[in-house]
Amino acid sequence: MGWVTRAISSSLGKKYIMALSGLFLVIYLVIHLFGNTFLYAGKDAFNLYVETLTESSLKPVIRVIEVVLLLGFLIHIYDGIRLTIGNWSARPNRYAVKPANPQSTAASRTMWLTASIVFFFLVVHLQQFWYTYHYGRIPGVTMYDIVVGTFRDPLYSLIYLISVLLLGFHLYHGFQSSFQSLGLNHPKYRSLIVIFGRIYAVVIAVGFASFPIYFYLMGGK
Amino acid sequence: MSGNLNLTLKIWRQANRTSIGKFETYKVSNISTDASFLEMLDILNEELQRKNQEPVAFDHDCREGICGACGLVINGRPHGPIKGTTTCQLHMRHFKDGDTIVIEPWRAKAFPVIKDLIVDRSAFEKIQQAGGFVSINTGGVPDANAIPISKEIANIAMDAAACIGCGACVAACKNASAMLFVSAKVSHLAHLPQGKVERFERVEAMVKVMDELGFGSCTNTYACEAECPKEISVRHIAKMNREYFAAKLKARNKD
Amino acid sequence: MITLESKAPAGKLQDKWTTHKFNMKLVNPANKRKYDVIVVGTGLAGASASATLAELGYNVKTFCYQDSPRRAHSIAAQGGINAAKNYQNDGDSIFRLFYDTIKGGDYRAREANVYRLAEVANNIIDQCVAQGVPFAREYGGLLDNRSFGGAQVSRTFYARGQTGQQLLLGAYSALNRQIGLGKVKMFPRREMLDLVVVDGQARGIVVRNLITGEIEKYSAHAVVLATGGYGNVYFLSTNAMNSNATAVWRAHKKGALFANPCFTQIHPTCIPVHGEYQSKLTLMSESLRNDGRVWVPKKAGDKRPANQIPEAERDYFLERKYPSFGNLVPRDVASRNAKEQCDAGKGVGDTGLAVYLDFADAIKRLGRKAIDEKYGNLFQMYQMITNEDPYEVPMRIYPAIHYTMGGLWVDYNLMSSIPGLFVLGEANFSDHGANRLGASALMQGLADGYFVIPYTLGNYLASNKFSQVSSDHAAFSDVENGIRGFVERLLSVKGNKTVDEIHRELGKVMWSHVGMARNAEGLKTAITQIGKLREEFWSNVNVTGSAGDLNQTLERAGRVADYLELGELMARDALHRNESCGGHFREEYQTEENEAKRDDENFSYVAAWEFNRVGDWTLHKENLVFENVKPSQRSYK
Repeated sequence: MGWVTRAISSSLGKKYIMALSGLFLVIYLVIHLFGNTFLYAGKDAFNLYVETLTESSLKPVIRVIEVVLLLGFLIHIYDGIRLTIGNWSARPNRYAVKPANPQSTAASRTMWLTASIVFFFLVVHLQQFWYTYHYGRIPGVTMYDIVVGTFRDPLYSLIYLISVLLLGFHLYHGFQSSFQSLGLNHPKYRSLIVIFGRIYAVVIAVGFASFPIYFYLMGGK
Repeated sequence: MSGNLNLTLKIWRQANRTSIGKFETYKVSNISTDASFLEMLDILNEELQRKNQEPVAFDHDCREGICGACGLVINGRPHGPIKGTTTCQLHMRHFKDGDTIVIEPWRAKAFPVIKDLIVDRSAFEKIQQAGGFVSINTGGVPDANAIPISKEIANIAMDAAACIGCGACVAACKNASAMLFVSAKVSHLAHLPQGKVERFERVEAMVKVMDELGFGSCTNTYACEAECPKEISVRHIAKMNREYFAAKLKARNKD
Repeated sequence: MITLESKAPAGKLQDKWTTHKFNMKLVNPANKRKYDVIVVGTGLAGASASATLAELGYNVKTFCYQDSPRRAHSIAAQGGINAAKNYQNDGDSIFRLFYDTIKGGDYRAREANVYRLAEVANNIIDQCVAQGVPFAREYGGLLDNRSFGGAQVSRTFYARGQTGQQLLLGAYSALNRQIGLGKVKMFPRREMLDLVVVDGQARGIVVRNLITGEIEKYSAHAVVLATGGYGNVYFLSTNAMNSNATAVWRAHKKGALFANPCFTQIHPTCIPVHGEYQSKLTLMSESLRNDGRVWVPKKAGDKRPANQIPEAERDYFLERKYPSFGNLVPRDVASRNAKEQCDAGKGVGDTGLAVYLDFADAIKRLGRKAIDEKYGNLFQMYQMITNEDPYEVPMRIYPAIHYTMGGLWVDYNLMSSIPGLFVLGEANFSDHGANRLGASALMQGLADGYFVIPYTLGNYLASNKFSQVSSDHAAFSDVENGIRGFVERLLSVKGNKTVDEIHRELGKVMWSHVGMARNAEGLKTAITQIGKLREEFWSNVNVTGSAGDLNQTLERAGRVADYLELGELMARDALHRNESCGGHFREEYQTEENEAKRDDENFSYVAAWEFNRVGDWTLHKENLVFENVKPSQRSYK
């Protein structure tokens, strides 16, 4: 087993873990967005969806998935922190003139920053929805009520909006970067991966952003 | 077509490895636009010597863009503003009269400054010594035409082998990562049948040493590719990632 | 009294090397690790020698002044490397390669050495391919060849325009493997400043650590110099800025004879000088002459732009004078003719020191695309440096110092006149006679390093007794003290001229009088002027900084001090050689058609100079015997 730990503790290994956990979360985000679209089908449809996941016989399966998901997040975050610290210490003395960075995207240079903001949002987000639903709700209040109630708060909606846009920014680079890290990139496929990744990032960002806009600005009830 | 420039130079001066460096400001005048960037520094250095001051130390040798000795960060860009060019092949016509030019050394933990603009790139040597070769001795090799190699593969290998080892990739990378340099050698040899025999040992050994030397990781910003004077493609980084992954998964007697 | 024995074995030309290899003594494998060998220089010759000797089991200490062995100036060779593989089925053979090299060298090289070179050339290609050198290939996957330097067969292997780089990186990789294995101890950023001779044997070197300024001593059982040529005597050359003659010159002053110093090669297709501040010259592959037409205006002093000079007022002087070879005459002929035109006031450009190389006809004939495919990278390089587009206006070219055929005298075993001191590659004089053919320098460097020195050095070690000598030996401290004194002297002059100023002046003297065309009067002037410059250097140079520090001015000063002595020897050698041959053209000795006129009766020898004191040398002659080729007059009409 020693070879596994040695492999993943190398710089390339860390990048594989980063890429694999990232792609795992990429898939999760699609499912999450799909589930949330039940909001547009109305209160009953959405609540049915939430209850199917949390109250039916599916519950134990979902609990396992939640743990796996949490692990996915933790690994991605832990690995990201390790890499970022390593990267910072690789250049102890900065340049006097800010590097021009031709070709590189702003998204690619700010992964740690977007990640940090999205992380703080994640904590707030889990507290607001997951924790409240499971442990802090008055009986009779449904998930739909919580969502609608939360998005009536302009501050939270704004934080949500900004965070999902930054998440999109993170994915804008992260999606295609994970393919490069795993060695699955090649000039032949490079633009295909990049374009698909960018479409994905926009869909995720716009998709999630639509909820606070719909419920707050468009007067969703 | 040629004209003359008066310039203000802000140059990093540092007496040795351990001393604290700082920028000094110098003026040079009447620089021909046909002069190369290093010739402009030569002129400054001759003036400094006439004033009995110590000239600015910088690495340079062939002055035709192939030895990889020179390398300055000019206004925030390794090898200056022109794509696909080493510092010695950069000409003053790309600057304007009255410009202020900031000149810094490569900055990376793995490349400590030795003096002024000269850095210690011996980290690159250690990586090459770990595995950047085909383990054969002189003599006893088959005829050169014994193994046909497709033109396409030979070309890809040549693209990677064109690396001059200047270190601009490390200088340009926000993480001071050496991935482009290391991958160029790994990819060059992994593409050729002669190098394939020990491809897994090679990539593992070279990455191991690279990691020990304090370079950062790759965030795939591709700034290295943009600043590489030989325009080495990041496809070789993907190739190295692939090679290392395969090396780690491959069932072998040793891991 | 020194006697020059070539030690070339007797017997048939084709059997000499094989016989010699058998006759040489071998060092027992278990004993090899008891021998230390010093190699100075890490170009093709030095890197390949270091790697191969280490593979055999010797303990090798390798030195270079660069921060990495990969930066040695072999890296800059563009064109290719010759070998008589006859892959093209076009009639090549080892004998033909031998013959072309001897003839190209204008019959001033040793037959046995040249034949061995041609013989091992094929092994070089095999070796390089096995190392992973990405030579150009055909669509079928086999190696591609091109013709080069006027050869009538396609025998040049190449890797785009970067053959030297790829071959050097191959040798460098073999060297790296041995460094990793601990068999080579690598000392970068060290400059050899002297040779240590103990009991008549070369036993070590003294170097300056270029970072700390410390003087360091290293001992060994033999010393191998592979430090390249001395083209930088001329200040402007296509050599790297730091290429220098110090190692060979100091060895010369310790007793090694210097052979044929006046044989220097001028390359015709370089980018012209553009100003006084110019630091070096850039070469463009001579393949350009395959499609470019060389011309100047017919009228002296015609300053019109090229496109305003009508066809009738242009002089395509190479095509006019050499109808059968035209623009493809050998390097020395093309260079000399360009100089003649410029001397007659017909030179073009701001300085008047250039001739046109015009591609207009070729572009019309073949199309821009075809020209771009052939020369795209050269056109780009030209435009980057000159800011002129050669598709629109003709290129301007001028000859430049490119290679030095002369060097330390060595015998067939590549050993100098000091036992235990071996000299490889451009640093020795051995294989190119008075003129080197294109794509032969890379061949010689690798032949010497991979396939000759491993045998001959073993023979030397096995045939000699060695006393215990370490770097604590008194001989080392004597040399060290000498070096310290030399460095102190340089720093204490504190005059008014910079090192480069004096070097530039020396360069002008050398270029004017010991350059493309020489005459007795000019050479005598040069000797006087160099003497004066030397005096001025030692009384009026200003070397800033200190000895105990990284000090690039001090490095250059030491090298220039040597050039000021070597330059004089070059002039003296040129003056004594009353004939024209190859790169050495004496205006007094030319045919009626202004071609080089050799004097085989009186000068068919290697001129090997023994150093007595600065300005005083003794000439020794090694007669050249031609048993297999008959010297003839070259003609390119």
